[in-house]
Amino acid sequence: MARRLTLWRWIVLGLAALYFLVPLGASVIFTVDVPGQGVTFDAYTKILSTDGFLTSLLLSLELAVATIAVVLLLMVPAMVALRLGAPRLRPVVEVVCSLPLVVPPIAFVAGIATVLKWGPEYLSRTPLFETFVVIQDDSFPVVLVLAYVVMALPFVYRALDAGLRAIDVRTLVEAARSCGASWPQALVRAVLPNLRGALLNAAFLTLALVLGEFTVASLLGFRPFAVWIYDVGGSQAQMSVAVSVLSLLVTWALLLALAGAGGRNRTASSRG
Amino acid sequence: MTTALSRVDVAPVASAKRRRRAPGWLAVLPLLVFTAVAFGLPAVAILDGAFTAKDATTGATSYTGANMTASLQGPYLTALLGSVKLSAISAALGALIGLPLAQAVVSSRSRWLREAVLTASGVLANFGGVPLAFAFVATLGNAGVLTVHLGLKDSGWDLYSFWGLVLVYLYFLIPLMVLTITPALDGLRSQWREAALNNGATGVQYWRHVALPVLAPSLLGGLVLLFGSAFAAYATAAAMVGSAVPLVTLQIADALSGNVLVGQENVALALSLDMVLVAGLVMAVYLPLQRRSARWLDA
Repeated sequence: MARRLTLWRWIVLGLAALYFLVPLGASVIFTVDVPGQGVTFDAYTKILSTDGFLTSLLLSLELAVATIAVVLLLMVPAMVALRLGAPRLRPVVEVVCSLPLVVPPIAFVAGIATVLKWGPEYLSRTPLFETFVVIQDDSFPVVLVLAYVVMALPFVYRALDAGLRAIDVRTLVEAARSCGASWPQALVRAVLPNLRGALLNAAFLTLALVLGEFTVASLLGFRPFAVWIYDVGGSQAQMSVAVSVLSLLVTWALLLALAGAGGRNRTASSRG
Repeated sequence: MTTALSRVDVAPVASAKRRRRAPGWLAVLPLLVFTAVAFGLPAVAILDGAFTAKDATTGATSYTGANMTASLQGPYLTALLGSVKLSAISAALGALIGLPLAQAVVSSRSRWLREAVLTASGVLANFGGVPLAFAFVATLGNAGVLTVHLGLKDSGWDLYSFWGLVLVYLYFLIPLMVLTITPALDGLRSQWREAALNNGATGVQYWRHVALPVLAPSLLGGLVLLFGSAFAAYATAAAMVGSAVPLVTLQIADALSGNVLVGQENVALALSLDMVLVAGLVMAVYLPLQRRSARWLDA
């Protein structure tokens, strides 16, 4: 009986390993074993010099940093305040942060595109029009940051909620306050250090979301990293696969680093 | 004098109260204002656009249900049903495969294996979109490594098809299921199994009458989550099949970018509203299930 169970377990694990490892292995083979050229590492060595790689990657990283900053600045004070002084707002915030899950990215971007069209149609004589132009600037599209912050809300809410559940915010803040700390000091020096794991978790999930995001960016006509991979795939198949494999490895490394940095709690996330 | 005194008495209390009160809703306000603008405006735009028609000659707009009707007819209906079918089948398969995999990991009692599988699942559940599509194209596409070396082409294999998409979607759905169901499997007490076996139950009977009923809310919740995840996916399908498989996300993208017909933007918004309704239904089923399974596991 026990033997059969062990055997069954290894069969299941073996099949799973096969399914999950074969595409990765085959992708690596695909990138180095080019028909007609034999084994070559061109796909990897040429990445850096390929047109658009650095600019798109930098754009994605900038977008990620901005998104993480905005989402944490919005969410951390709100979530801490929910624990301290405004518990009645808790359901409101919970619903607001869950709403993006109900609107798939493709529907969300359809809405955004429509709003952006209101600019030229109705607002061309008002100062608001300038805002519409500025947020669609190609070198740093603020509108993408707005969209990504909304899309990250559910994950950030869950990560921060889990972190706050583990500590007694009220006691921490009262202790800091009675030692003479101001409100910002109490928040920054007493609460945030205790939330390190949750903050890292939230930041990682947001980073993964922004780096891999394709739907919103491509339909609004911007060209961050994921859109660049897609564009390159048309002409240089080997390289696009090489970059795909690398991006997976980087994500993996980031998650392992995060696990090592003390974030024991792992959050399951649904994806768009 | 007395008034001055009372004022001195009252003032610190009031200010202390204000100090304690003020951060409460003031700290939540920026979040609410932000979502009202960044999420509320697009949401209103979807609703408004889905129910308005613009007269091409006069430029006048009027409210109509025509877009919604159009979004539920012809190729649009086919795409919507295609999406539902694809999501349902991949979610069911993902749950069917994810459950034994998670059980194998949980029952092995090996810390190392558990950490490795859960970390990998965390990464793979987020590994979607364009890179995933390209990895599979390199493996099983027309010039893919396996296709070429195993001669799959002659046996009729085609990655750019419905079942090809299912195979690719499972790559992030199975890990998502493992992540969702593992806490529930951890909650199954070994005493329950021992009690069942002591009372003469077989392993199958234990699963049929004890484990599965306890797991049911989590399983259903996971299934619904997988469905929603597959239903909303766009990048993978766009990078892999183009429009070979009719999916509602691809239709919206086509209509938005004016690929098919000019002036279909409002039908795209109506389709988006259809998607929101389906996703809303999914969440309405998921949240109570999740609460229920959380209650079981806490007990």
